[in-house]
Amino acid sequence: MSDDAAADRVAAAFADGPAFVPYLAVGDPDYESSLAYVEALAEGGADVIELGLPFSEPIAEGPTIQNAVVRALEAGMTPTRFFEFVEEVDVDVPLVCMTYYNLIYQFGSEPGPRPFVEKAAEVGLSGFVVPDLPAEEAGPLRAACDEFGLHLISIVAPTTDEARLEKLVGVSSGYLYVQARLGVTGASSSVSDQTGESLARLSGVALPKAVGFGISSGEQAATIVEAGADGIIVGSALVDIVADGHERGASTESVAERLETKARELKQGAVDGYGRRTPTPEGTSD
Amino acid sequence: MSSERERSDPTEGEQWVSAGDGKFGRYGGQYVPEALMPAIQELTDAYERYVLNNEDGFMDEFRRRIRDFGGRPTPLQRADRLSERYDTEVYLKREDLLHGGAHKLNNALGQVLLAKYMGKERIIAETGAGQHGTATAMAAAHLGMPCEVYMGERDINRQRPNVFRMKINGSEVTPVTTGRGTLKEAISETMRDWATNVEDTHYVIGSVVGPHPFPQMVRDFQAIISEEARRQVRETAGRLPDSVVACAGGGSNTMGSFHHFVDDESVDLLAVEAGGSSLAVDEDEGVAPNSASLSTGSEGVLHGARTKLLQDHDGQIVESHSVSSGLDYAGVGPELASLVDEDRVTPVNVDDDAAIEGFHRLSQEEGIIPALETAHAFGYLHEHHEGLGDVTVINVSGRGDKDLDTAIEETAKRDVANAPDMSMFDGGLR
Repeated sequence: MSDDAAADRVAAAFADGPAFVPYLAVGDPDYESSLAYVEALAEGGADVIELGLPFSEPIAEGPTIQNAVVRALEAGMTPTRFFEFVEEVDVDVPLVCMTYYNLIYQFGSEPGPRPFVEKAAEVGLSGFVVPDLPAEEAGPLRAACDEFGLHLISIVAPTTDEARLEKLVGVSSGYLYVQARLGVTGASSSVSDQTGESLARLSGVALPKAVGFGISSGEQAATIVEAGADGIIVGSALVDIVADGHERGASTESVAERLETKARELKQGAVDGYGRRTPTPEGTSD
Repeated sequence: MSSERERSDPTEGEQWVSAGDGKFGRYGGQYVPEALMPAIQELTDAYERYVLNNEDGFMDEFRRRIRDFGGRPTPLQRADRLSERYDTEVYLKREDLLHGGAHKLNNALGQVLLAKYMGKERIIAETGAGQHGTATAMAAAHLGMPCEVYMGERDINRQRPNVFRMKINGSEVTPVTTGRGTLKEAISETMRDWATNVEDTHYVIGSVVGPHPFPQMVRDFQAIISEEARRQVRETAGRLPDSVVACAGGGSNTMGSFHHFVDDESVDLLAVEAGGSSLAVDEDEGVAPNSASLSTGSEGVLHGARTKLLQDHDGQIVESHSVSSGLDYAGVGPELASLVDEDRVTPVNVDDDAAIEGFHRLSQEEGIIPALETAHAFGYLHEHHEGLGDVTVINVSGRGDKDLDTAIEETAKRDVANAPDMSMFDGGLR
């Protein structure tokens, strides 16, 4: 797949230093604001953006993203609107769809993941993160991704052992989403000890490692990248800004501005963490 | 994963029984976050060793405890007045007489005991009507395990007696406020807890739903119902029944009642779903005014398994409805879905009105106040007894004490021909 444009774009995002990968639920709190928010993240230095397609039963999400999903669904977000959004959003970074398997499975006229993946390729998405699809069930989606040149990004948990890791890497491409701690998504004030252990276990895996779950500040981003992460994934801390703006009735522009500022902080943190690593002859960690 | 292997028993040279791959036709599987997969593998292994192969005498201990603590076997009682009314032999499998008042203890005791054998330190569970939560709380107290039960806020309000029972047995009851606050949301929330505390916690799923091995394992614990009923009906009626009728929500009562009859092709197996107020689905509102996922649902993936679901055309899960909170769930067990596809199980349904009538009829004519779940089966018997043959077994899945508030309220809302005068309760029970 490396000769494919979508695949190359993701590889490029991780090529020059640490990647900042923000997440927002698409359509939260409404379609138009969401466009502005995603564009603000790109302005703030995003290297890849994970776009959440809201599912009614988000079992891997904590309260922050659950609430965002409810807001987006109530405002009318659907898979079809999601694809329109991807076509319309004005950003120049690779976009990855994060959603649950039932939405992928149901889309289109035939059951199975192929129609969804075909549409995703058509609108220019680069890949998928599917939290409820372990390697055991990933075969059909992996095959469709191969057919259309898209990535399937797997989540590696602190509980993933060597045997599972091998299975998981076998179906993965793009990057690995390294879950920093057990539990569900949600911003946290400290960096879990599990992060360093997880990164050490993954040192032999060729795919870039992006760490997510619980990152909310530039300093945390720096710590994680210093520990060896190739990228950081931040969702709840950004969704919190959207939620706060929504509750206060703030203007779309002011929320977008806050998101851009937060994005800059997180991106800068990642860059700082990279600079703090013990230098190697080439100046990279590999 | 474990799949279709067989391996040599290191102790007795017997063949080990494998848990298989968790697929029932096109349904089943393991659709859960990666963080849970090691725990699910560990559980699959424990299920094979202890449940399927009786390692360390697990099943012997389970059978002893479900007898001494649970009160098994439950009777198979001939329902004299219903038999006369419908001119057919009606036998009642009295799971309402099991300790706790419902079939739920079979599974809860089995899983809590299994968690103990696995060395787990904490039990979590979800509950809708509260019967599963109550059974789990009782089993956890019996076996000395701390227990936390997630329950939708709306269901807490509908099922207060069971909330008290859980708390009195020493369990924590945690309200779930997301969504509509019913079973679907409680399951999602329990999965989140499990993903956070997976290393020392076992999740006692309350029905034949969820990722493999739960649908199969829960069925095995519940299959004691049909194991007894099959033996009892042959002893009492001298033959196999023409039909077995059981209400279906998630499907644990149904699968438990059917399992040992599945190979008896002469026996019709009828799964009675909650028809609610209508079989329609309002996609714009994201609501199905029923819980009839076998009758009206479509294939999809929810809570760890591929199965039949109430969903809109995008795949969003719609809110279900039943007068009985125990049936109020948008999914159903994958094995049941598969048996329906194979035409081995017939999905049928009755509406809320028929269930309320069934509730009053069984109470008045047999002196058994049924759970509102169970009342659906008697609603079906009333409407369709001509097609059931000469001998019918109906599973009385639970007793109705927990539902008295709801039954009074729902009776007052409609014109129920066979209801007693309830005006003395106009101010409610409290």
